[in-house]
Amino acid sequence: MKRALLIIAVAAVLLIWILLRPPSADNHDGTSSLRPAPGFTLTDLSGNKLSLADYRGKVVLLDFWATWCAPCKEEIPHFIDMQNHYGAQGLQVVGISMDDDEKPVREFQQQFKMNYPIALGTTQLADQYGGAFGLPITFVIDREGRIVSRHIGQTKPEVFEAEIQKLLQR
Amino acid sequence: MRSCLCIHTVLVLILLGVLTTPMHAADSTNMKTIAPEELVRTLTASKGTKPLLFHVGSHMLYVQAHIPGSEYLGAGATPQGVQNLAKRVATLRKNTAIILYCGCCPWNHCPNVNPAYDTLVRLGFTNVKVLYLAQNFGVDWVTRGYPTARGE
Repeated sequence: MKRALLIIAVAAVLLIWILLRPPSADNHDGTSSLRPAPGFTLTDLSGNKLSLADYRGKVVLLDFWATWCAPCKEEIPHFIDMQNHYGAQGLQVVGISMDDDEKPVREFQQQFKMNYPIALGTTQLADQYGGAFGLPITFVIDREGRIVSRHIGQTKPEVFEAEIQKLLQR
Repeated sequence: MRSCLCIHTVLVLILLGVLTTPMHAADSTNMKTIAPEELVRTLTASKGTKPLLFHVGSHMLYVQAHIPGSEYLGAGATPQGVQNLAKRVATLRKNTAIILYCGCCPWNHCPNVNPAYDTLVRLGFTNVKVLYLAQNFGVDWVTRGYPTARGE
């Protein structure tokens, strides 16, 4: 009887671990050296200038995404929440859409009520950041404008939050 | 005791089910796939007919990096992409070796390869495969050092 219960307990723990383990795409490259984030100036969907240099002094979450990218779309509501929650403390989320056309991006922005600036990316910008050969790719940039981490693939919001909280305290 | 054993059996079965769930979740239409390393071998082999390579993903990603010799036909998830594909293969023999690829997102999230593959099957093509890129083209092709080209 005891043995059966023990087996059940072990199986249950194993099952819970398997179901809750991070997805394989949750790839956190914590070893990125602190190189300066390449500067850029684009025009956002509202027609305003979007320059990374303007956010010096803030922690920036720079998200390369696209409307055809399902994992990107799953991350975006979390980015909206983070902007709401940490914006006053100095977080700025910036979205760089790698869509080929602006129309779906604009529709998506309105549908999801995105509360941070979005601009269409370019291949040159992607190159500067090491290439965006698959999405999402998200960079966390500190207040000094240095890349602290690069996340390839869908990443758990708590991973971003932990990094952001730490950087906001500096 | 009997109920314990029943619970035990159910849990073990669930566990086995989880462990044996196939990773190729996008294979809902039984797409034939080819692994990146196998495609590289095929492309670099001195002998044998080379397959036609069609990129059916985002143009922005294609411009940044694509497999040399591959043609961009538009996103397979769009009517324009499907139309381009159908037009491109209109004069080909039905047994032409064709490899489709995208790599925009993780395999089970890619919106493009399924419709493109289905289009070719519907048109009667019998030798079509999809390049299996588990994570994306960057992780599974570019960073592995496989050949790439840039531009249009």
